[in-house]
Amino acid sequence: MVASVSKCRVCREPAIIDLPRHNANFCAEHLLQLCRRQVEKAIADHDMLSLDDRILVAVSGGKDSLAIWDILLELGYRAEGLYIGLGIGDYSDESGGYAQRFADERGLTLRTIDLRGEYGYDVPTAAKVTKRVPCSACGMSKRHLFDEAARAGGYDVVVTGHNLDDEAAVLFGNALRWDVEYLARQLPVLPARDGFPKKVKPLVRLTEREMAAWCIVRGIDYQVEECPMAVGNKHLGYKEALNSIERQSPGSKSAFYLNFIERMAPILASHSRAAAGELVACSSCGAPTTEPDSGDAPVCGFCRLRGRVAGHDPVPVELVLHGGARTAYRAARLAAGSAASPGATADGRTAQ
Amino acid sequence: MIVRLRQPKREVTIDGPCSVNQLLDQLSMNRESFLVIRNGTLVPGDGRLDDSDQIEIRPVISGG
Ligand code: SF4
Ligand SMILES: [Zn+2]
Ligand SMILES: [Zn+2]
Repeated sequence: MVASVSKCRVCREPAIIDLPRHNANFCAEHLLQLCRRQVEKAIADHDMLSLDDRILVAVSGGKDSLAIWDILLELGYRAEGLYIGLGIGDYSDESGGYAQRFADERGLTLRTIDLRGEYGYDVPTAAKVTKRVPCSACGMSKRHLFDEAARAGGYDVVVTGHNLDDEAAVLFGNALRWDVEYLARQLPVLPARDGFPKKVKPLVRLTEREMAAWCIVRGIDYQVEECPMAVGNKHLGYKEALNSIERQSPGSKSAFYLNFIERMAPILASHSRAAAGELVACSSCGAPTTEPDSGDAPVCGFCRLRGRVAGHDPVPVELVLHGGARTAYRAARLAAGSAASPGATADGRTAQ
Repeated sequence: MIVRLRQPKREVTIDGPCSVNQLLDQLSMNRESFLVIRNGTLVPGDGRLDDSDQIEIRPVISGG
């Protein structure tokens, strides 16, 4: 039996994937070519990278960060990885394993930082102590540590694996609130300033489905399971909403985001408030931070978080999950214990 | 056919043969949000799946 009837748009060999937004099917080789070209175009359009840059890739062990690392190396860039162990139970242990195996198999340099080992706290504990959503403490810790690693390691630029779906979902959220300040700053390149490294997102022209396909075709083993903290969050809801629209009218997501960048971002540029005030060095870690009004010694957000949370007894993941996320987490742990769960639902995300 | 699902990992049995798109429709899964892998290889929407195939439906959207 033939594998499929659809043929590659480029070479007419049997296709392995249909990409409705391109109204075409592709074989493995030409899918990879398409992905490489989209990354090259993003890099060129936004002046993201040059071949002699020292690049630090923010590696999570998921598909996007491993794929962009792989693509950059293929395109001849000098890229090393940094993985941060966030202490999110089994999820973090497994993610770290995927990142390390990817690097080891290819003889690449992967730096690692363990939040608990080196800074005395983890994401679930930070969430519990600060009574804020886990992604807030997580995001701030990651940003700080990538900035610091880039400064200390003399890297020219930090690359993150944000893809078209990620950026379209953030744009959707910002547009739902008409948050002009955030909208004005939602660009694929953040230039270096005041001790903060340049940050770029070379995957903004590629969808999550294309990145997962890249990994499968390239034989990259990655963390497929979701971070337990993400289950049921708003960001995922926006992605699902956008994918329903995309299903009805292919190409909507890229038009929404890429046309925003091309047509709307320049109009909004004047609305991006100039960096509020001079930055000064954090009295504890030396990172750039805003000067406090009070006249106290400046302390950056990361050091303040660490000061509140470090030394607190570790809080298990389950205790910071609520509602559907906790139910899903329990179901996943049960499923991990038993080979198959016959009554499983098929919605692909939350156990009912 | 036995179909492996993720998030969380589990298996369901579906009567074949059918196309990839039919399988996803039957499970109310959006084609934009999943890839279908047969015996380790990606299969496009009109690809045919048989009862003897090892199928994985892999979610591609993540919330991090
Ligand atoms: S989903 Fe939230 S908690 Fe999990 S890795 Fe992403 S930002 Fe961190
Ligand atoms: Zn081809
Ligand atoms: Zn500090």
